[in-house]
Amino acid sequence: MRLLVIEDDRESADYLAKAFREVGYVADLAGDGEEGLALAESGEYDVLVVDRMLPKRDGLSLIGALREKGNRTPVLILSALGQVDDRIKGLRAGGDDYLPKPYAFAELLARVEVLSRRHGGPAEETTYRVGDLELDRLSHRVARGKDELTLQPREFRLLEYLMKHAGQVVTRTMLLENVWDYHFDPQTNVIDVHISRLRSKIDKGFERPLLHTIRGAGYMIRDGIR
Amino acid sequence: MTAFGKLIRTTAFRLTLVYLFLFALFAASLLGYFAWNTRRMITEQIATTVNEETGELSDIFGRRGLHGLVFNIENRALRPGANLYLVTTPAGQAIAGNVGSLAPGVMATSGWSETAYRRLDEQDSADHRALVHVSELGGGFRLLIGRDLEERRRLFGIVAKAAQWSVLIVVVLGLGGGIFVARRVLRRIDAMTGTTQRIMAGDLSGRLPVGRSGDELDRLAENLNAMLERIEALMMGLKEVSDNIAHDLKTPLTRLRNRAEEALAKSGSEAEYRSALERTIEESDGLIRTFNALLMIARAESGQARGNMDDFDAADVANGIHELYEPLAEDDGMTLLVKTASTLLHGNRELISQALANLVENAIKYGKPVATAQPLSAGAVAATDSREIMIESRRDGDSILLSVTDHGPGIPEADRKHAVERFVRLEASRTQPGSGLGLSLASAVATLHGGELRLADAHPGLTAILAIPATAVIGDRLAAQTPDVPQKVA
Repeated sequence: MRLLVIEDDRESADYLAKAFREVGYVADLAGDGEEGLALAESGEYDVLVVDRMLPKRDGLSLIGALREKGNRTPVLILSALGQVDDRIKGLRAGGDDYLPKPYAFAELLARVEVLSRRHGGPAEETTYRVGDLELDRLSHRVARGKDELTLQPREFRLLEYLMKHAGQVVTRTMLLENVWDYHFDPQTNVIDVHISRLRSKIDKGFERPLLHTIRGAGYMIRDGIR
Repeated sequence: MTAFGKLIRTTAFRLTLVYLFLFALFAASLLGYFAWNTRRMITEQIATTVNEETGELSDIFGRRGLHGLVFNIENRALRPGANLYLVTTPAGQAIAGNVGSLAPGVMATSGWSETAYRRLDEQDSADHRALVHVSELGGGFRLLIGRDLEERRRLFGIVAKAAQWSVLIVVVLGLGGGIFVARRVLRRIDAMTGTTQRIMAGDLSGRLPVGRSGDELDRLAENLNAMLERIEALMMGLKEVSDNIAHDLKTPLTRLRNRAEEALAKSGSEAEYRSALERTIEESDGLIRTFNALLMIARAESGQARGNMDDFDAADVANGIHELYEPLAEDDGMTLLVKTASTLLHGNRELISQALANLVENAIKYGKPVATAQPLSAGAVAATDSREIMIESRRDGDSILLSVTDHGPGIPEADRKHAVERFVRLEASRTQPGSGLGLSLASAVATLHGGELRLADAHPGLTAILAIPATAVIGDRLAAQTPDVPQKVA
């Protein structure tokens, strides 16, 4: 995956580039809005990571300019302004995701991966499959092997989101945002409890677990063999 | 500015001057009118008397001839305070009367005139003035009848003097009164100015002196005092917050630093370094959470979040939060229940959800029943041994109430106000994790929506109620009509 990080703080940018390189991605750096826009237009990137406050041209205007020219590269906005309305503004300007600073790299990585998949991935399928777990999005039917599973509506949506991003790390905040549509930060481990309930339904009594906890990052659903 | 300069610049003094001028003018014109009327009245009276006498004497002359007339005039002239009489021959020779001398030519013209004269019996005295009437008798004889004008002059003099004095008195009393009032006002204003200067210098405890008269200055002072009260409370709050920030942010920062230092100092295994780093990240995550909560509260309190308001059902919020926290509560041995009545609410859905979430988290954390050690109240124990938490949304009159009720130890009434404050963790909860900002945020959110966070006794336990006025809808619509402040582009 090729990434462009547009961030004016040299140290953060270098850290990001290095961290992305370590997980096997290529990250180019741009130090201001103009340079970032030029690079984003010329280069072939899978995801742009854009700081909101940039010299010469701010992040939102950069995204606006890109979108105007028909460039649909997914953009993740990084911002020190973490409030709900700032997030909405960022998304309205054409951003695809919004991550307030300071952030954990694992969170950023998980979101970037989801974005890149969204960009190049296949059209939305009606049935998700992971191993012998099957989820039918139209009939709301979930089955593991021959066993029909009964899920609560929210559990269904949780599983649906996890399976949509099967093989990718999904963080707790991503789940809270996408499954529950809340953008605040609970002080307790509410998501973990929901996951463990879901896990007891889909994994309990089966030899091979599908729903994995990724330490320090979040969760992932995948077939163990893959 | 000199004291006198200050005095004459006061509004009270200036007003006094204006009134003084008006009153003096009024007094003078009143007396002038009086004097003029009096003079006219006296003149008319003289004319009437003189006309009557002229008639009488002409009659006597007609009936009894010159001798009768002369005799009669001599008689009249002898009376005290008599009029002036003079009869002259056709040649102008005086033959009767009490007039010694006249201004020349007076006798020659008939009718009314004013003239200087001298009586026969007071040769040496100065000229007097008189109003006289000259008429023609038969045979060229002429008759003058007149009245001294001294009386009129004296009366006029008295009135003029009265006018002078009254104007003088008005001016003196007015000036004195003006200075008195101005000084009184000035003293009070000076006291106020002194206090405000002290306050500006930093002594926020100062208050303006309030008199007992309840006049406009007292009302002003009372209002200013109320304002000062508010400012002082805000300043105190700010100070408390900064103290608390210093404490609650510096403590974890110190811990963080100590751990890093410790890890550096001793050469440990990779696993040890790893765990030290993990703890460091954990600690900084906690700091970030605290920081975010503080920013959120500041935003809610400053009303910035007002831009994202829309209409939604309070019941949806309650159900959503119930759905999110129900498993967590169950894991913790509690039962989270929800009871909703559909009510439309206008506000920031995200913030209200978060406020309610905070209340639920608090209830899960602190709402566990206390083990009662008193065997006597066995019945009470049974009643308190409820591990239920109730989320409720309903409408009560003009308010929309979102409440969370637990049956834990509750908060003593005396502590309730305190509990809402930032960073306050009541003694009982010191050992539990948390930023101590949950209730403050809920309170700030309620305030943002024009409502309040109420803490009440649930007998036993705590009911935390987000009371949001349904009228906030109107208030916000009004606010929405004011032009938007251009948003800063980050």
